[in-house]
Amino acid sequence: MPDYPQIVFAGTDGGAVTDIDDYVGAGGFSALPKARAMAPDDVIAELDASGLRGRGGAFFPTGRKWSFVPKPEALAKPHYLVVNADESEPGSFKDREIMLRVPFRFLEGCLIAAHGIQSQHVFIYIRGEYEREFEVLRDALEAMRARDLLGGVTVVIHRGAGAYICGEETALLESLEGKRGQPRTKPPFPAIAGLYAAPTAVNNVESITTVTPVLEMGGAEYAKLGVESSSGTRVFSLSGDVVNPGNYELPHGISMRELVYDIGGGIANGRELKAIIPGGSSTSVLTADDIDVKMDFTSLVEAGSSIGSAGVIVIDDRCCMVQLGIRVSQFYEHESCGKCTPCRVGTKWVTQILQKIEDGRAGQADLDLLLSVCDRILGKCLCPLGDSDAIAVLSYVDKFRDEYQTHIDLGRCPFDGASSLEGILAPSELHEHHGHEHEAIRA
Amino acid sequence: MSVAVEIQKLRTRYPDPLSAVMPALQLAQAENGGWLSPDAIREVAAALDLTPAYCLSIASFYDQYYLEPVGRRRIEVCTNVSCGLAGAQQVVEAFERELGISAGSTSEDGAFTLGTIECLGGCGWATIVAVDNRHRLRVKADDVPGIVEELRGA
Ligand SMILES: Cc1cc2nc3c(=O)[nH]c(=O)nc-3n(C[C@H](O)[C@H](O)[C@H](O)COP(=O)(O)O)c2cc1C
Ligand code: SF4
Ligand code: FES
Repeated sequence: MPDYPQIVFAGTDGGAVTDIDDYVGAGGFSALPKARAMAPDDVIAELDASGLRGRGGAFFPTGRKWSFVPKPEALAKPHYLVVNADESEPGSFKDREIMLRVPFRFLEGCLIAAHGIQSQHVFIYIRGEYEREFEVLRDALEAMRARDLLGGVTVVIHRGAGAYICGEETALLESLEGKRGQPRTKPPFPAIAGLYAAPTAVNNVESITTVTPVLEMGGAEYAKLGVESSSGTRVFSLSGDVVNPGNYELPHGISMRELVYDIGGGIANGRELKAIIPGGSSTSVLTADDIDVKMDFTSLVEAGSSIGSAGVIVIDDRCCMVQLGIRVSQFYEHESCGKCTPCRVGTKWVTQILQKIEDGRAGQADLDLLLSVCDRILGKCLCPLGDSDAIAVLSYVDKFRDEYQTHIDLGRCPFDGASSLEGILAPSELHEHHGHEHEAIRA
Repeated sequence: MSVAVEIQKLRTRYPDPLSAVMPALQLAQAENGGWLSPDAIREVAAALDLTPAYCLSIASFYDQYYLEPVGRRRIEVCTNVSCGLAGAQQVVEAFERELGISAGSTSEDGAFTLGTIECLGGCGWATIVAVDNRHRLRVKADDVPGIVEELRGA
């Protein structure tokens, strides 16, 4: 494998830099004073020049997002930087490794970003399941405090408590305010009325970590990496039926073939590639025929999918695509916040119809019904979670129509109990037990 | 330090003390043997000047607040797609066999709670098993008897 430039993971040599002296010794915390000596608008201009776009899934230009945050002169309210470390998209596990291996680069990026939007307050919302990651950040922050690096900025690490929807930025803000994590209607956008109804920039961990090297090397230099529509590097999370799963920082525009075969070592156990989910479970599936697609924003849109959170799930020929649909739909059904009906009811319905197909109880009309239910979810929900279920399932049916048809024609699953996802359980009812112990409070 | 005093400290971290409800619930849960009893909820409510019903509405929204007693050790197996492809189902079944309970329940002696869980953000190191929120990576069904033995001994 060629030596690809390491930007996010620079200087780690495959390990972690958790000692502040090591980070400083390798040139760390040089971008921060440089940024602080610049006018905030010049920091934003540097980000614009870099072409950096959000790594959380929506790929929105980071500099542009910051420029939407009103100047303190224009809106005399506190300004907030909120970092999204809720990483819960199935297939995505990059932010975790970034926080573990380059915590100081990440925190330095937080402070630079805060300067860019003229904020004195940073909140890092980290998913509750990331215990060790929380501890590493807490310790790193303490070390920075001891060296007086915060410059009067308060940084609070706020722990989530298990809810995928809190990765959606407005649900995250609700949650951070001490409410149930349910999305808000937009507009107003967080830039204008975000946390505590004040101007807020919400950014992903990888985006923020990349801010540090952008300031170090300069935006124009960063923009030379990657391809035109998608500058820079990306930490791809590779998982599933592949020989070498893991996180790989690679330039945008690398082909899926290089990622899966050259870097990932190919399909495990000499099996055949069947399907690839390129950007986390919310993105449309691709097939073996798409193996030469380039991993950048534009190329994946052209291929009918999306780069999403760059969580690449490789699936070999042992997997039943109806079972895949069930498992993915169960996830969205479980994580639906229940605020809007097409999502709350639709995701459940999609799972049920898929289960019927898998069990061999479905007729032709059920397949039509499945498509129609997906259609009645698409574009009719308050946030993208409901759509994600419909988009994923529709893509499975579209790309593997014959397999769905075979289930109906045979009246059973053609895998005969040998699918690699056979019997996979949805999360147990453990969490749904909100029963009798609390009647006294409810009454 | 008592929970009530610690919660007062949490309040000061945020511009609006309502934001302290999640960490306060987490603290109260840890102090109460891993679950939020009605009394624990009332304590959080009192410390934050909220109603118990409000605190319950928050606790019931998030998966990591437990509203019924849990075992002394909590074992959760990720069964999302990437872990599923790596054999998560066999891992779940191995735990069920070793612990003599089914996923979603607690052993009678109160030693273990076994659950399945959504993607834990470790798909490349499948199968992920969280033991009291600490992740074990690349767990295979064959590893399960050893893990259970270790946890019983601890
Ligand atoms: C259901 C849902 C879940 C999301 N989960 C995450 C997440 O875990 N982490 C993240 O950074 N962005 C997530 N996003 C995207 C955020 O809403 C937001 O676009 C992102 O944090 C912005 O940061 P960026 O511009 O730096 O990418 C999610 C969006 C949706 C609709
Ligand atoms: S689409 Fe689903 S998750 Fe999003 S607001 Fe509606 S019910 Fe909640
Ligand atoms: S699928 Fe198990 S950690 Fe993501």
